[in-house]
Amino acid sequence: MSSLEISISEPLHIPSQPIGKRIKLGVSDVLALTHRDLLVWLRNPAFIFFTIIQPVMFVLLFRYVFGGAIPVRVPGGYVNFLMPGIIAQSAAFASFGTAISLARQLQKGVIDRYRAMPMARSAVLLGRLVADTIRLTVTVLVILGVGYAIGFRFANGILAAVVMLVLGIAFGVVICTVSAYVGLAIKDEESVGSFGLIWLFPLTFVSAAFVPVQSMPGWLQAFANNQPVTVVINEMRALALGGPLALHAWQSVVWLLGIVAVFVPLAVRAYKKAA
Amino acid sequence: MSLTKVTSQWNGPAILVEGVHKYFRNVQALRGIDLSVERGKVLGLLGPNGAGKTTAVKIITTLLVPDKGKVLVEGRDAIGSPAAVREIIGLAGQSTAVQEELTGRENLEIMGRLYHIGASIRKQRATELIELFDLADAADRPVKGYSGGMQRRLDLALSLVSQPQVLFLDEPTTGLDPRSRLGMWEVIRDLVSAGTTLLLTTQYLEEADELADDIVVIDHGQVIASGTPRQLKNKVGGDVVEFEVVDKSRLAEAAEAVKPISEAEPQINAEIFRISLRVGDNGSNALVETVRRLDAIGIHTENLGVRRPSLDDVFLSLTGHGAEEAEKTAKSARRKSKHGDH
Ligand SMILES: Nc1ncnc2c1ncn2[C@@H]1O[C@H](COP(=O)(O)OP(=O)(O)OP(=O)(O)O)[C@@H](O)[C@H]1O
Ligand SMILES: [Mg+2]
Repeated sequence: MSSLEISISEPLHIPSQPIGKRIKLGVSDVLALTHRDLLVWLRNPAFIFFTIIQPVMFVLLFRYVFGGAIPVRVPGGYVNFLMPGIIAQSAAFASFGTAISLARQLQKGVIDRYRAMPMARSAVLLGRLVADTIRLTVTVLVILGVGYAIGFRFANGILAAVVMLVLGIAFGVVICTVSAYVGLAIKDEESVGSFGLIWLFPLTFVSAAFVPVQSMPGWLQAFANNQPVTVVINEMRALALGGPLALHAWQSVVWLLGIVAVFVPLAVRAYKKAA
Repeated sequence: MSLTKVTSQWNGPAILVEGVHKYFRNVQALRGIDLSVERGKVLGLLGPNGAGKTTAVKIITTLLVPDKGKVLVEGRDAIGSPAAVREIIGLAGQSTAVQEELTGRENLEIMGRLYHIGASIRKQRATELIELFDLADAADRPVKGYSGGMQRRLDLALSLVSQPQVLFLDEPTTGLDPRSRLGMWEVIRDLVSAGTTLLLTTQYLEEADELADDIVVIDHGQVIASGTPRQLKNKVGGDVVEFEVVDKSRLAEAAEAVKPISEAEPQINAEIFRISLRVGDNGSNALVETVRRLDAIGIHTENLGVRRPSLDDVFLSLTGHGAEEAEKTAKSARRKSKHGDH
């Protein structure tokens, strides 16, 4: 009699799949979600605006409106000074799409649906980041093309140029992990759209992106010189135009890894908790 | 030892919930819920706003972990091994979770990929579901342009891509117009006849009555009644046929003529010449019979119709207050607990 009761109330034991199979399925999930995110991006005029039209507008504005008033000591003049900065700035702002998309999926219940499926917890975030990397690469190459058309030239060889582009894209992806956390934590598309990424403005504008830091008041220089955007942009500039590489290189790596180490776990936790 | 091997095939109920409690800060969303659904049966979870329906669904589908209690889905432990539960369930949550920029077909195919279904089968499955849910004309258009009813149908289709053994639908027809609601009922009935176990939540007694084998009524996170639709409606008093007699002088004659149809003495409201009959759960037949009898003796009526008991009636008879009121007290309780927070 008691054996019968046990047979009814003891949960079944379902063995989980071997790790190799799980990884294979996980990769397939990430690719499926990357595909989905890219399709969504291509079909959404607002996303195209943010990834292509807005960055190009910024390049032209700074080059032709503000550029003339900003004295820089860089071979090739302001356009050469500007391009590394604006690539980093555009890459950072492209993370808007990450935050908005995750908040929207959360709000619409899409993420709840995925969380009730036999899918790796990290797949939605990873798929998003892979899609973002592709999206960022497109943005960066478009900006570079426009830059070339208005007089920008690399001055440090092809290898350094490629490393600079990769660093710009990597920087963008790292900022996307922060935005992913912000989107998942705020959970509301409209709030994310209106104030979720306000922190990006001081971070990108109070940096070496558009003006030499020495032109700022002393107290602002202290911030501008020691924040990750400036560090990364200094390294990108050195790669593009020549100059000492080592110091900013390791500072950049430390910053980027540090941000990832903090915000990826935060984002994963927000994803798990966001029911 | 051998017994546990024998039981690798689960012979208990498809859904088993025991003593589940859930707190959000100091809101007590669920206070000890028990549910049991036999394989292939439909359970209607009925309750007003804030009753705890969504919370219960989220716990059973592994989206939330309860503070206390036990949850088994086809014998798999939703709390201890959620991954095993996720393999066999389908969920269409309260909000319509579709990707608006993609077409209906793309939505379905991506879902198939996420369930690791091979390319040709997943294409075929998408096409089948498109047919089944009457979306063929719109299948290759972005979902953005779909009506609310079409989006909801696609949402349900998405939850079926994996051919789940146990399906959860959280308010599948809320926000749909009456016609779309009927269409949705049709689809759900087809599904159930194919043997899927279904737990569906609703705010409408009528809907639970149409679709469910058993109904559990919850309020403030507690089960306040359960039983078959028939049992529940009888508790409330069943359907009512009502009509007004045009010729005031024949009121008594009319009441006499329809008396055999009514389960109790016909109620006569002499001020507005209205007669009400209690007819159990057999409203439409009783309506036809009423018309036939009155017609036979030439009595003309106005405003003839069946009134089905609503959720409000259920609440009125079970708790002594209406569903609206239940919601209000829930809200004020929540407000109080929020103030307590500060
Ligand atoms: N994440 C949450 N945080 C705090 N309180 C919550 C949360 N989710 C639900 N609640 C509260 O728990 C109670 C039950 O909510 P639930 O969403 O389960 O009700 P419901 O029956 O689905 O209502 P509706 O018909 O409005 O969908 C409500 O008082 C609600 O405010
Ligand atoms: Mg709900």
